[in-house]
Amino acid sequence: MSLERPSTLDFPPDAEGMEMVYCRPETLTDVPFHYCPGCGHSVVHRVLMEVVEELGIQDKIIGVAPVGCSVFAYNYMNIDMQEAAHGRASAVATGIKRVLPDRYVFSYQGDGDLAAIGTAETIHTVNRGENILMVFINNGIYGMTGGQMAPTSLIGQVTTTSPYGRDVKSVGHPIKIADLLIQLPGAYYVTRQAVHDPNAVRKLKKAFLKSFQYQKEGKGTCFVEVVSNCPSGWKMTPVESIKYLEEQMFPSYPLGDLKKPASLGEAEPRRDGV
Amino acid sequence: MEEKKNNLNEARLMKGNEALAEAAIRADIDAYFGYPITPQSEILEYLEREIPKRHGLVLQAESEIASINMIYGAAGAGARVMTSSSGPGISLMQEGLSYIASAQLPCLVVNVVRGGPGLGTIQPSQGDYFQAVKGGGHGDYHLIVLAPASVQEMADFVFDAFRLAEKYRNPAMILTDGALGQMMEKVILPKEGSLKKIATPWATTGKPKERDHNIITSLFIKPEEMEEVNHQLQEKYKKVQSEVRFEEIQTKDAEILLVAFGLSSRICQKTVDLGREKGIKIGLLRPITLYPYPYKRLNELADQVDFMMSVEMNAGQMVEDVRLAVEGKVPVYFTGRMGGMIPSPEDVLHEIETIMDKQSVQV
Repeated sequence: MSLERPSTLDFPPDAEGMEMVYCRPETLTDVPFHYCPGCGHSVVHRVLMEVVEELGIQDKIIGVAPVGCSVFAYNYMNIDMQEAAHGRASAVATGIKRVLPDRYVFSYQGDGDLAAIGTAETIHTVNRGENILMVFINNGIYGMTGGQMAPTSLIGQVTTTSPYGRDVKSVGHPIKIADLLIQLPGAYYVTRQAVHDPNAVRKLKKAFLKSFQYQKEGKGTCFVEVVSNCPSGWKMTPVESIKYLEEQMFPSYPLGDLKKPASLGEAEPRRDGV
Repeated sequence: MEEKKNNLNEARLMKGNEALAEAAIRADIDAYFGYPITPQSEILEYLEREIPKRHGLVLQAESEIASINMIYGAAGAGARVMTSSSGPGISLMQEGLSYIASAQLPCLVVNVVRGGPGLGTIQPSQGDYFQAVKGGGHGDYHLIVLAPASVQEMADFVFDAFRLAEKYRNPAMILTDGALGQMMEKVILPKEGSLKKIATPWATTGKPKERDHNIITSLFIKPEEMEEVNHQLQEKYKKVQSEVRFEEIQTKDAEILLVAFGLSSRICQKTVDLGREKGIKIGLLRPITLYPYPYKRLNELADQVDFMMSVEMNAGQMVEDVRLAVEGKVPVYFTGRMGGMIPSPEDVLHEIETIMDKQSVQV
């Protein structure tokens, strides 16, 4: 398989008779990711930007970066971007989409951003059926500030601000925001994906592709949650963090579509996404 | 028929809030994002009623926090956008305003001030002066602040505010109050389509092949970069000083100078007349722009008058700027009412006479 698109790498495809089979999409800049080894952010960035390149919408898309580890997403994504205040990415995305309705718009937020400080913006953006893609990285921790408890931290999870484990009596249960959002008619497509193995990455890519297709058709809000890892915040090696994902995170945040358009011949929106 | 009428520059009797809202449509705003709060809800109501029939977009957000962040997004996308609120809502917008100022986005924020602090009262006040002119949110930044004193200016200043905001890529604020928002006066509305759109090559509209990606951000993590951005902002604020506007009433032979903005200046006009009937030579300086502030002119007038008095509907906020301006050359007094109460022209005159009495005793 040869890639037709030119590489942004200083690496001619025909160098020494080698065939280019994998390269950085044009929609990513040459800036190296600052993410920790094993972190899912870089994979999600790449998959998202691959989709933008494949759809040929680099000149028609605006992204909104959050406050959190992915605050510098705009340095990596080679598209027009805005950096929002903590929790407000979906409101910023709303502002952009409303004045540029013919462009593709997405927000990209972590769990503290989207499911704690920005809960009101999240719910109301979806309730308006804002015709955007909301990408939600759920790794159950505040990564950038150094591993504090997130609204999505698991019961008993030890973090710097829950040193004896998350105590539901004091701080409540992990919030399953995607499960809340499927109740809203404005949510057209709600899915929970991951990037812990190649198959998951392929599924995520499909979810992004679908979301942009739906956005093009003006269907309403597409919400793609990615249950991801945080080796540094979880105080684990990348390999251990994948194991934790599979054994601890996925049972609490089961992967799959929570709400699918009925027109796809799928079952009714899932209501049991516990 | 109605549309034709809108384009005529006929005099109309309108509420301040509605004149401002109509002017916003005539200023070709692309979008308004807002949230209801007394005493400014007529702005949102008027726009929700009129914009669907005319042009632009109006959206009632879930909060003032959401409104100001929608403004950030839309302004960053190159649109002409505005929001409005009153004290408590404007407080919620401070974070967003700081981001907008740092990211250097033009927009208009209207504060129809009510009495505070806290939930306060819905009656008119000028208690948000500090918040408006000294920053309000975090970090070193300024809004460009205009203070209308009539329904006519409620309309006109929408155009002026956008002109300044877009010229300097800076958020502008119209600082008015509940009385000016609610009262009806004759107004000749600005002409539709007379406010030209500016080029926004910095806006995030989708990256074409020919240019680098545009980024709207207020994050400059390296301190050297953050300092450089601050230098740029301060340079801009220096340039903005040339936009200072003020009005002088009977200052030529004035021996006593009143300083008042907005509604207070209307009251003080009457005080000037009342005083002069009694042979007291009172003048009035009304700052039209509160940022930039007419420090220089006040300093000049300090060489001429015996004393100055700042008249405000608060506990004495602008008086600090008057004192800064006169550099101790003459005494600067303050009089005012708080919490939604309005001083009368007679109250102000009485204060002046009291000071004059004390001064003559001292002599």
